[in-house]
Amino acid sequence: MEDKLWKVSTSPHLSDRESIPRIMWLVAASLAPAGIGAVYFFGARAAWTIFLAVASAIATEAAIQKLRGKPITVHDGSAFVTGLLLAYNLPAEVPFWIPIIGSAFAIALGKQIFGGLGYNPMNPALLGRAFLLASWPTHMTIFRTPPRGGTISGIDVETGATPLNLLKQAQDVLHQAKVAPGEVPAQKISEAMMHISKLYESYGNLFWGKVGGCLGETSVFLLLIGAAFLLYKRYIDLRIPVGYIGSVALLTWAFGGSEGLFTGNPLFHVLAGGLVLGAFFMATDMVTSPITPRGKWIFGIGCGVITVIIRLIGGYPEGVSYSILLMNLTVPLLDRYTKPAIFGARKR
Amino acid sequence: MSVGKEFTKGLYAENPVFKQALGLCPTLAVSNSVRNAVGMGLAMTFVLVLSNIIVSLIRRFVPRKIRIPIYIVVIATFVTIVDLVMAGFAPDLHKALGIFVPLIVVNCIILGRAEAFAGRNSVFRSLLDGLGMGFGFSLALFVLAFIREILGDGRLYGFPLLGPGFEPMLIMILPPGAFLTIGLLMGLMNWLDKRRCS
Repeated sequence: MEDKLWKVSTSPHLSDRESIPRIMWLVAASLAPAGIGAVYFFGARAAWTIFLAVASAIATEAAIQKLRGKPITVHDGSAFVTGLLLAYNLPAEVPFWIPIIGSAFAIALGKQIFGGLGYNPMNPALLGRAFLLASWPTHMTIFRTPPRGGTISGIDVETGATPLNLLKQAQDVLHQAKVAPGEVPAQKISEAMMHISKLYESYGNLFWGKVGGCLGETSVFLLLIGAAFLLYKRYIDLRIPVGYIGSVALLTWAFGGSEGLFTGNPLFHVLAGGLVLGAFFMATDMVTSPITPRGKWIFGIGCGVITVIIRLIGGYPEGVSYSILLMNLTVPLLDRYTKPAIFGARKR
Repeated sequence: MSVGKEFTKGLYAENPVFKQALGLCPTLAVSNSVRNAVGMGLAMTFVLVLSNIIVSLIRRFVPRKIRIPIYIVVIATFVTIVDLVMAGFAPDLHKALGIFVPLIVVNCIILGRAEAFAGRNSVFRSLLDGLGMGFGFSLALFVLAFIREILGDGRLYGFPLLGPGFEPMLIMILPPGAFLTIGLLMGLMNWLDKRRCS
C-alpha cells in the first residue's frame, strides 16, 4: 500500500472507458434499427445478405491477419461494421456471392493491404461497393423487390426502382423533349411531369422508408435514430453531416429545378437515396475523415458538392458513395492545411 | 555486366512494367485480352530492338543538345513500319489496338532505353538490351492479360473458358482492374525478392 503512494507515472493520468471495440460495437448497434427496417421492408432475403456480408468481412479479416502473422482482432468489431455498411449499400435482390466477394474485397484490398485498421485511406465498405458496381453493374442497379407497405403510388409498383432512378428517367424524358421538340410523344411528357410531381410529394414514404433502394438507405427515420445516438455519444461530429446535407440541400434548391434558379426541391434530394446513411455513418468514419474542425467543414461541403454534381449532371442517379470516396482521398491534405496554429499563435 | 545479363535483366530484375513502372499507359489499355497483349508486345519488341540498334550506331555523331528529337525520329520511323505492316496483315489487331500503335512513338520505355542504354553502349549490347526489354514488356503484358481476360471476360485468347455460369468481373477489363492487378503483382514480386535476400 505504501509503495503505491510514491509511484510516479507519466501522463495521461485520467483514463476513459472508451476503446476501439466499444466504439465499433456501439456504431454497429446504432446501425441496428436500419437493419431491422431492411428486413421488415425487403424480407428474409435482406437478413441473408447482411449475414453473408458480415461473415465474409470477419472471415477475410481473420484470414489476412493470420497470414500476416499479426494478432487477430476481429473481436474489435471494425470488420463487423464494414460488412454491415457494405450490406446496407446493396439491393435486396443481389445473388448470394455478391456480399461475400464485396466484403472480402473491402477488407482485403480496402483495409488490410494498407496495414489494417487506421491505415486505410478510403472507407472500405464504400470501396467494396464501388468495386461491385464496376464489376457487376446489372446486379447492383436492379431493384426488383418493392418494399413492404407499398411504394410511391402509380410509378414503381412493380419494379421497386429507387426514387432517384425514377427522377433521372423522368428528367431524361423532359430533356429529350427540350432538345428535340416534337419527337417525344405528348403523353410521355405529361407522364414524366406527373412522375416528378408525385416523387416530390412523397416525403412520407421517403422518411419512413417505403421506397425502393439499397437495404440500409431507405428509411431516414431509422437511420436518424442511430445517428442521434452516435451524436449523443460524441462518436461523430455534427460538422460533417451538417456541411454535407446542408450543401446538398442548398445546391439542389438552387440548381435542381427546371424553371430557373432556386426552384429545385431540396427536401426530396435530402431524403432520397443514400445521403442520410452516407452523411452520418460513412463520411464520419474516424479513420477516413479529417480531424480538424475546419477540415471537417470542407470535407462535408466537398462531399455535398460532388454528390449534387453527380446527381444533377452526371450519368449515375446517385453520387453519395463516389463523393465520399473522392473526398476521402483529400483528407491528408485537408488535415495538413487546416492545422491549428501552435498555442493559437498567429504567423507574422 | 556480362553479355547474357544484358538480355536477361529485362525479363525480371529490371522488368520495364513491374520494376521500372514505365509504359503504364499502353499497359493499362491493351492488357485486357491476351490477343491484344501479344500483338502489342511483338510490336514493341520490334521497335525497341531496331531503334536501339540505330541509336547505338549513330551515338557518336548525335549532338547532345538535340539527341531527343533525333531519337524520336528514329523511333517514329520504325513505328510507322509496324503501323503499316499491322494494318496490312493483321487489320483486326490493328483496329483493336487503335491509337496505341502510333503512341509507341512516345512510349517512355523505348525512349528510356535509347537515352539510358543505346546512346552509350555498343551495338551488340544495345540489341540484347532491346530484345530483353521487349520480351520483358511482352511477358508483363501477357501475365496481366492472362489474369484480366479470364476474370473479366471468362475467356482466354478469345476462347470461352469458364462456362456460361460465370459472371465476368467487368472491372478487370477496365483500367482499374489493370491497376489492381499490377499493384498486387508488384507487391508479390517485392515480397519474393525480400524473401530471397534474407
